Amino acid sequence: MASYLLIESRDPYSSGDNEFCLDLARRLVAAGDKVTLFLVQNGVQPARSGAEAAGLVALAQDGVDVVADEFSLRERGIAPGRMHPGIRPSPLEVVIDRLAEGCKVIWH
Amino acid sequence: MAQEKTLVFALMDAPYESANTATALRLIDIAVRRGYAVKVFAYEGAVLLPFSRQQRHPNAIHGRSVEEENHLLTREVIAFLIAAAKQNGGTLDWVNCGLCVDERGAGEAIEGVRRGSPADFWQMAQAADNTLVIGTR
Repeated sequence: MASYLLIESRDPYSSGDNEFCLDLARRLVAAGDKVTLFLVQNGVQPARSGAEAAGLVALAQDGVDVVADEFSLRERGIAPGRMHPGIRPSPLEVVIDRLAEGCKVIWH
Repeated sequence: MAQEKTLVFALMDAPYESANTATALRLIDIAVRRGYAVKVFAYEGAVLLPFSRQQRHPNAIHGRSVEEENHLLTREVIAFLIAAAKQNGGTLDWVNCGLCVDERGAGEAIEGVRRGSPADFWQMAQAADNTLVIGTR
């Protein structure tokens, strides 16, 4: 089982290719790999409760660890209590932790 | 714990244009505070991040002076990160792509930045524990 870190910096409202990370995460976890999807910058916007995020919520239910950068959330006024279930705030240190562990990482 | 891990970052965005830059510098900050050996390969517009002639400016629209505006300069952030790496027992080796530098007339970089080529990036990645490429859109 390989470990993957997918970093999503884009939001689905201004990017037409936002499905890339969701689809890749879906395929990897289905193949039995360990996947963390780290939302950062505008990538955290779908984490807000009320935003369309069926794909993210489904990934979390399927076993993908879906986390959102605390700093990016604060910048955009998204409080931890106003997020979709299954998506949790996380410090950026997680990215360095995963890099140091040798996780396969992709920035999108 | 110094030098326990070697991480490589490839950056491509020019300063003051993308949120990618702030995130990249935050990541490098975390790594140098851990005393890691950090290597950065700056490509394309990113070679201007440590450009030594960056200057603060006033903000006439908001009526603020140079001091009041206190504009963040990426060259100062990078100088801070190089110093922080040393203080924590690690290193920050920042390599600017030479061709990208020449194209942009960005040869005047702060102390601690060296000139290289994509071959340096390949060698860095070969020897590192991991590599993160932060490309432009």
